[in-house]
Formats: sequence, C-alpha cells, structure tokens
Amino acid sequence: MYDIAIIGAGIAGSYVARELSRYKLTIVLLDGENDVGNQITMANSAIIHAGFDAPSYKLKGKFNAAGNIMYEKVCADLDVPFKRCGSLVVAHDEYEMATIHELYQNGLKNGVPDLKILFKEEVHAMESHLNKDICGALYAPTAGVVSPFELCVNVAENAVDNGVTLKLNHLVSAIKKIADHFNIVTNTGNIEAKYVINAAGVYADDIYEMVGEPYFQLVARKGNYFIFDKEVGNLVNHVIFPCPSKNGKGILVAPTVHGNLLIGPDAEPVEKGDISTTAERLDYIKTNALKNCPTLPFNKIIRSFAGLRNTPVADTFTTTDGDFIIEESPVKGFINVAGYESPGLSSIPAVAHYVVEEIVKALIPDMIDNPNFNPKIRPRMRFEELTETEKKDLIKQNPKYGKVICRCETITEGEIMDVIHRSVGARTVKSVKKRCRAGMGRCQGGFCSPRVVEILARELHCSLDEIMYDQQDSAYILSGKTKSAQSEAKP
Amino acid sequence: MIYDVVILGGGPAGLAAAVEVKKEGAENVLILERDRELGGILNQCIHNGFGLHTFNEELTGPEYAERYVDQVTSLGIPCFLDTMILDMVDQGDLKAIHVINEKDGYRAIQTKTVILTMGCRERPSGAIGIPGYRPSGVFTAGTVQRFVNMEGYMPGKEVVILGSGDIGLIMARRMTLEGAHVKAVCELMPYSNGLVRNIVQCLDDYGIPLRLSHTITFIHGKDRLEGVTVARVDEHLKAIPGTEEFIPCDTLLLSVGLIPENEITRNAGIEMDPRTNGAVVGELRQTSMPGVFACGNVVHVHDLVDFVSEEAVLAGKGAAKYLTGALDTHVTFTPLNGDGISYVVPQRVCLKNAEDQVTFYMRVRQVFKNKVVNAYIGETLIASKKEKKLLPAEMVNFKIARDVLAQYPAGEIRFVIEEATN
Repeated sequence: MYDIAIIGAGIAGSYVARELSRYKLTIVLLDGENDVGNQITMANSAIIHAGFDAPSYKLKGKFNAAGNIMYEKVCADLDVPFKRCGSLVVAHDEYEMATIHELYQNGLKNGVPDLKILFKEEVHAMESHLNKDICGALYAPTAGVVSPFELCVNVAENAVDNGVTLKLNHLVSAIKKIADHFNIVTNTGNIEAKYVINAAGVYADDIYEMVGEPYFQLVARKGNYFIFDKEVGNLVNHVIFPCPSKNGKGILVAPTVHGNLLIGPDAEPVEKGDISTTAERLDYIKTNALKNCPTLPFNKIIRSFAGLRNTPVADTFTTTDGDFIIEESPVKGFINVAGYESPGLSSIPAVAHYVVEEIVKALIPDMIDNPNFNPKIRPRMRFEELTETEKKDLIKQNPKYGKVICRCETITEGEIMDVIHRSVGARTVKSVKKRCRAGMGRCQGGFCSPRVVEILARELHCSLDEIMYDQQDSAYILSGKTKSAQSEAKP
Repeated sequence: MIYDVVILGGGPAGLAAAVEVKKEGAENVLILERDRELGGILNQCIHNGFGLHTFNEELTGPEYAERYVDQVTSLGIPCFLDTMILDMVDQGDLKAIHVINEKDGYRAIQTKTVILTMGCRERPSGAIGIPGYRPSGVFTAGTVQRFVNMEGYMPGKEVVILGSGDIGLIMARRMTLEGAHVKAVCELMPYSNGLVRNIVQCLDDYGIPLRLSHTITFIHGKDRLEGVTVARVDEHLKAIPGTEEFIPCDTLLLSVGLIPENEITRNAGIEMDPRTNGAVVGELRQTSMPGVFACGNVVHVHDLVDFVSEEAVLAGKGAAKYLTGALDTHVTFTPLNGDGISYVVPQRVCLKNAEDQVTFYMRVRQVFKNKVVNAYIGETLIASKKEKKLLPAEMVNFKIARDVLAQYPAGEIRFVIEEATN
C-alpha cells in the first residue's frame, strides 16, 4: 500500500511527485505510456509565459507569474535548458493597442515584473523581421523558453532518485474506493494507495468518473506546429504573440531553447488522442504566422507536429470557468490536478508546491521531511556546449564521448549511453531523442536512428527488432531479420 | 605536422580526389572518415550498375569503392576512421580542422589545402510535411537500405514508397526480393526522378506500379504505420479532391530528394550556390576560400558515381596546382543557367587552369524531347549539343574545348534549351 498514487507522469504528475518526495511518504507515479511526459508535455509551445494573460481571480492568474520566477532555480537544479528571452505581444492597430493596455494592467495585478509597453520604433529595433505595420507591443522580459520534455524527464528522475516509484505502461482502467484507501486497476496489475492525485491530462475527467460523480468535463483541443532548421533559428529573438482573442493566445513565432524556430498553434476541438496534423490547419498556421513575421522561410521547415490541450468545458457541468481544477475532489482523499492547460507548464513549480503544502498537507498533517531529499540531479554532459579543453578531457575520461552519433545536433555515443542508464532511462528511440536530442536535427534521425537502435539493443541486452520507436510492442521499428540474415543464422 | 591536403570524407569523391592529388605530387595527404570504413554510402549499395563509365564494367557499390580503396592503400595515403569533423577554421595560408574520435580524442589538424567531399543526405519526412500521424514505420529509403543491407533486418512487410528517386527504386526491388510486398511508388511530378534503367529493372520487372502525379495526403496509425491516403495531383501539384485512396501498409519509404551536406562549408563562410545547395566552384573545383576545393555530391547531387569520380579528379588536380602555386585565380567566364536549365557546375571558369576541354554539368527543369542545349557568350552561339531526350533525373554533361573558349573575351556563358533546327 502506497501513501500516495499519482496518475499521469506528464509535467504535472511528475512535478507533484518530485515535490512530495521532499517528505517521507511512499509514492507511486503511474502512466499508461512507455515514457514519462509523452503526451501534452511532449507537444506544446514550450513557453514559460510571463503571466499577464489570465485574470487574477483565476488559479491561472495566481500561479503563472509565481511559477515563472521559480524557473531559474528549478532548471539549474534539474539541469534543464531554459532561456529567459522575453516576449512581445504585438499590435497592428489602435484596437489591438487597447488590448495591449488591458494586458499590461492585468499583468500588474498578477504581479508580473518589468512589463513595458513599447512604441513602434522600439519594437522594430528589438526585432528586425517583424511586419512593418506593427505599431506597438507589450514587452514582458520575464517570459522564457524551456525544453518541456527534458524538464519532465529530469523532474521524474529527481523524484525517482528521492524515492518515488515510477510505473510506466500502467494504464488505469478502474478505481475503487475501499474504506480508507483506493484500489487502482491497471492493465499491468493493481495498485493500492491511501490517497490519489489525478494528473491524467486530457483523460483526467475519465479518471475522475471512475471514482466520483462527474463535475467537470475536458475537451481535447488540438494545436498544429512547425519547427524550422537552426539555420534560421534567430529570425526572432523573443516569443512573438499576436493580440489574444477568445480562442487563445493566437499563432506565435518563437525561438526554441535549442535554437530552432517554432510556429503554431491553432486550436480545434478533436477526439482525445487525435494528434494528427492536417493540411488545412498547417496552412492556417503558416498564413497567420506570416502576419507578424512576413519573411518566414518555409523551405527551412524540418518537422510538423500536433499536440493537445485539455480544456475544461464551460457548461452546466462545470464549476471552473475554464480555470485549472486543483483541489481535493468531493471524493475524500482524491485530488484533481485537471484542466491543466496553458499556462500549466509555466505555473507548475508554484502549483506543485501548492498541491503538496496546501492540499496534501491538509490531508496528512503529520508529514515528516525526507532527510535524504536532494533537489538536484547529476548534470548531463552536453558535448557540443563544452570548451575545447573540456572536450579533450571528457573524451580522455570516457572515449565514448569521442564518437558522434547524431551529426545534426552533435550528440555523442557517451551522451546516448548516459540517458539510457539514468534512473528514468531511455528505452526507445523516441525517449533517447527527448532526453539528448539525437534525431531532433535537420535530418530527423535518418542517419542516426539505425545507430541509436544498435546502441539501445547493446546496452539493454536485446536484439535490434526488440527496440521500439515509442509505445511498447506496437511501435516496432524492425519486423524481423532479412532472408539472407536468417539463412546465415542457421547452422 | 602540417598536411598538404586533408580530405573531408572517405566516400567515392574523397577517395578519387585523394588518389589524384597524391599522383599529382602532393606528399602528405590525409582522409578523414566518420564511418568505421572507407567507401561512404557505396558500402550499403550492394546492387550492381556502378562503374560502367569509369571501368567499363558493372560493379556493385562495395566493389566500386574497393577499386579506389586499393589505390589509396597502395599509394600509402593514411586515413582516420570513426572520426567526426566538428569544424574547419581558415587561418590564412593554413586551415585547421577540428576532429574527434574515440581513440585520439579531440585534435586540431593543420593543412595547406582541404578537399570537401562530405556527400549528401536524404530529405527527411519533416521537410516535406505530410499531414497525419507520426508513427514508427516511416523511413527514408537510405535508412532502410542500411537496415536491410548492413544490419540484416527488415523494417516491415507491406510497403509504399513516396518519391521515385533512385534509392527508392533500388529499395523497391530489394524489399521485394526479401519477401516484402511493395504496393506502389508514388511520384508527385509527372515524370520519374530516377534513372530509366532503375524504373525498368526495379519496378517494371517486378510488376510494381509507378503512380506519376500522385502524392500522399495523410499518414495513418498512432503507434506503427497502418496505411496512407494517396491522391492524384493537378498541374499545380495540389491533391485533387475525390481522388483519394487508402492503401493499407506498415512501411512508408521516402525517396524525395538529396541535399548536399554543407554545414562545414557554410560555417566556414564559403560562398554557396542556392541552385545547387553546394559551394560555388571553379573548373578545378576551387571554392571561394583559397586552398579549399569541393567535389562530388557535396557540390551538386550527381546521377552516377562515375561522374563523382570524374569530378574528384578535377579537385585533386586543383589542389595539387594550388600547392605548387600554379593555380590561376583570374576568373574568365561565369557559366549561367538559362531557359530550361536549373543549374550549371562549375559556376566559374579560370581558363588558364583548364585542360583540353571544360566539362559543364547541368540539370534540366522538366522532360524535354528532341531539343538542343546551346551555349552562348553574349549573342554568339559557341557550342551546341543535340539530345533526343532530356530528363531531370539525368545530368547533362556538356563539354566545350578550351580552344573554343579561348576565342572569346571574358564574360558569361549562358546555357539554354532550345528547339532543334535541322
């Protein structure tokens, strides 16, 4: 019997697990996927918003700016790339300028520091590739960009290092409340826990319905994106937002923390699990991104993808008004962290603290500090970022760092072996890609994926065709040996 | 030690350039190769058809490579294998090449001349942006060629191929021989991007349909590929609504073009040609950076390896000339692509360096029948080549004698496709 079971190892569940590991509790982190951070956390804008969007009376307004200021420390402790590049919400006319002023006032209420309204000349001096008709902008220097999947993997690793049990490929199908605990049924066995935290992303309403009367409903809203080659990664240096509308923050153009350029997302309600891109939507993004950034070089696109938001529906069902649902539910001992859409990533350091210190502590008032808690993880070697002398020394210590596997991103065999052997180790080609960027570059794994498969098979002591791209069993890469290889194998 | 010549890549271009420059008198020549053996992509091309021009024989890829590797060995040219080049820095008379490998760690290699022979890579699926899911089972043709021919593993059983590039055609046959069912090769353009002989020998002989003017409009399958939607395209290459057809398959191979691999070239600040995606080069394959030469697929994507070797000989001669101070730097002619032609290599000619004739390689923009390729200086027609059929998949080799060129003052040479006049 665990003290606490957390359902969902995306950024919310993983981060809450890590914050709980500050206490002497037995904690299990469950996910139906073959890796942590494999759904919403994997595919989003990767932006740490400053926090001027949401009204201050909402949890979104309360936690965004608070989470944002915690990012330097968190990313330093957890060795996650983070860049506080700042953001600009740009206006094309006086009506939009009025919105900019409203956002500015709202930002002040939310405690967003250093906000500034810029005149036309100031905007164009900061960003030379913007549409010349832009007449002003809201500048938020505290906005930033992060690698959300690396953050999630490292938070989960830190949680595991501090005693959390991670169980992947545990898809929850039923939950029974039994007197003083919960029995969680999964496709890989049952789990018992005194308390449950539901951080199941787009499925959080389905999970809650397993145990209580529905009081909120989530809609999956899909967003399509493009990623551009690093060659054009410095086209803009700040996150460029259009003026927000009722549909959301609009199509943004942003640098990524690794030096690519990202545009997206649109918003379209879809069935849960539908992460397909569509031609019309991709065209829509291109058209809208061009309005602010007319020289986007579409021949430098290296990847398109789509991700989901888990948006609470505003109808009679809901008590939330489109806000985060972060509370102990009507079912005693069952906590929801649901409707956790943007600015969820930005807010998570503050939200996780709140969940642990306000909600869990109210349920378990006598929590004892974990004396062995270590907030830091062992930093990962990033060969390309080292100086000449550091490179020399590193290869001397471990020659595997002298062998480049991913040419586009200059990722060495040593780095790939490291991410395989960490406590939340990579088991699939995609999980290697998420952790150390092998295959993230302009050739998209064309050259390195056979080598990554080889390294995974060697390090995990299995054959090449047992290595998956992503999901266990179903996302196989190789279907078996060739005829010639089979006949060679026969005695 | 300061090398005379360092060659960046031990594929067909690098091997032939190394042999030539050594024969021309360069002493300290070094080949850098990132793979565990020399030969480059030829090692995974186990089919035959290589060397018809060079050796008058049909060789397999590894056999073709071996011919050059043997010469490299007998000439005593050293090579660093498993060695990755991080960058090239111009230090004036010398260039520094920063490399790493497991054995010797991080090193800076100094050299008087450099020959860039990094080859090319495949255009990935992301670049062409097919809508739909992103499951396992979508590969570039070359990646599958490596899995099948080098590792001995099959990627799947029911196959669709997008793009009719040569590697895709070769793999259609290879996978069929390995027991897979290749259901269709879809080509966006109204003509194939592969060699005619590959269409015949790899598709027709096995009854694999080539669907011209077709593209894939959706990729199905969340975990592993489950099928593709194929549609006919109109003259603007847009899918025609109502022509969609679902083809179930577990494997999609992409053979949608090759891109010269020029990160080192670009980072070094060498002048590039947006038409070829390679460096701007002269008749002896000199680049805009004195002492740096380039040849093979890193300059422009070739159709046959034989022409890669041919071009590498020029670069080898160029580097040897540079070392003795005999390389002329005065540009006489600037070749240009006119109507119907998408690029011309070389983009510069210093006539003093030229041998008896100058070979111009070019590609046409579309299929032409019974046309002539004409070369003009100003309004004067200086050379002409009649062609029954011109295909974008096949390079045009246009030779002009040195004596002919010498009759004209400096200027542009414009190559155009024109009607044949009898």
